[in-house]
Amino acid sequence: MLVPILKQGDYLIASVQSELSDEDLLKLRDELVKRVGELRSRGVIIDVTALYVMDSFATRTLRAIAHMIRLRGAETIIVGIQPEVAFTMVQLGLKLEGVMTALDLEEGLAYLQTLHTSKRR
Amino acid sequence: MNKEETKKPTPESSDALLRELVDHFREKREILRQQWVQLMMGKGLLAGLTQEEIETESITIYDTCIVCLETGEYEGAQAYATRMAERGVLRGMTTEQIIGGLLTLRDVYGRSLFERYQHDMERLSAALDIYEPVANKILSVVALAFVEEREKVVRQQQEAIRELSTPVLQFRDKLLILPIIGLIDSLRARQLTEQLLRAIRANRARVVVMDITGVPSVDSKVANHLVQTVDASRLMGATVVVTGVSPEIAQTLVTLGVDLSKMNTVGDLQGGIEVADQLLGYKVSRTEPPATGLITSKEKVP
Repeated sequence: MLVPILKQGDYLIASVQSELSDEDLLKLRDELVKRVGELRSRGVIIDVTALYVMDSFATRTLRAIAHMIRLRGAETIIVGIQPEVAFTMVQLGLKLEGVMTALDLEEGLAYLQTLHTSKRR
Repeated sequence: MNKEETKKPTPESSDALLRELVDHFREKREILRQQWVQLMMGKGLLAGLTQEEIETESITIYDTCIVCLETGEYEGAQAYATRMAERGVLRGMTTEQIIGGLLTLRDVYGRSLFERYQHDMERLSAALDIYEPVANKILSVVALAFVEEREKVVRQQQEAIRELSTPVLQFRDKLLILPIIGLIDSLRARQLTEQLLRAIRANRARVVVMDITGVPSVDSKVANHLVQTVDASRLMGATVVVTGVSPEIAQTLVTLGVDLSKMNTVGDLQGGIEVADQLLGYKVSRTEPPATGLITSKEKVP
């Protein structure tokens, strides 16, 4: 299942539509890291609302994506982690350290915006 | 009912004797039952029951016991005991009353057997062999039903307390307050976290103030649960501010070596709310000098 990546102004939005295999995740990673440079984006939002399982590989890959994108000069926010998923992740010790999170797409966009306005000052 | 045969009890003879016992108890039903009720009254076991209730209950119990003796099956007694336990517990009837009543009935049955067979010791002991295991079994069935009923009530109450004890309150737009009162165990911590996460999504909260003033003590398990709650909330995009950490709890947490570096702690609930307001960009200010004297809602409305 391919993850659509949308360009929204200065930001990229990757909206996960269904459960992802490990291979899909790696493809998403490669695609995002490539596009962020091509499109000169300043922020990336990964929307995982549709995911009901988040295993250690997915968590690790999301963290890797966030760190790679930071190296490419942009910020990443993971949005839409469901309550059940959050609870299971914490119990498994998967905390996504060093990665920004927000409730949903709207909050994520607002977060990026405040981040960039405060930087500009 | 050949008297010679009872010397060596064979299956047929004990069957015959069983029939005889059942018939005997059925025949003497009124006399024995009245005797039983009188005895119970004498012991004060029927306090709080009306005459009518005594009549119907005693008839049912008497017949149920005979059915158990006749068939060797205790489902009837169990069902009745459970029903009785439900009513008994609800009306504050004591276990002593019920068990005492059954012990009295056991004595009444036993004495009537003595009277009937007092001139034939062999037959008496054979009759008691049949009757006593049944009587004991009935007692244990009833006692168990009672204990189970009590436990059920205790479980229900625990459940109710647990549900009542973890409210998640919306304090402002995007700000939730979670006051925790009482001891936290693993089950409650889990429920609390789930409830909080759902509330974060439903209220679109950005900041949660978790007040643990009402928590008397914590151990490493509970501390880890609190850390988990904070982490899970962060994954949902909400910051948690912990307030009301008592000196004892602070000491325990440090002694236990719980990693609190990521926990945002503030002294009391008021301070926590002030920090939350700052995070959310609220600025609370008073528009007027406070009214003198007693402030009523009427005065506030212009």
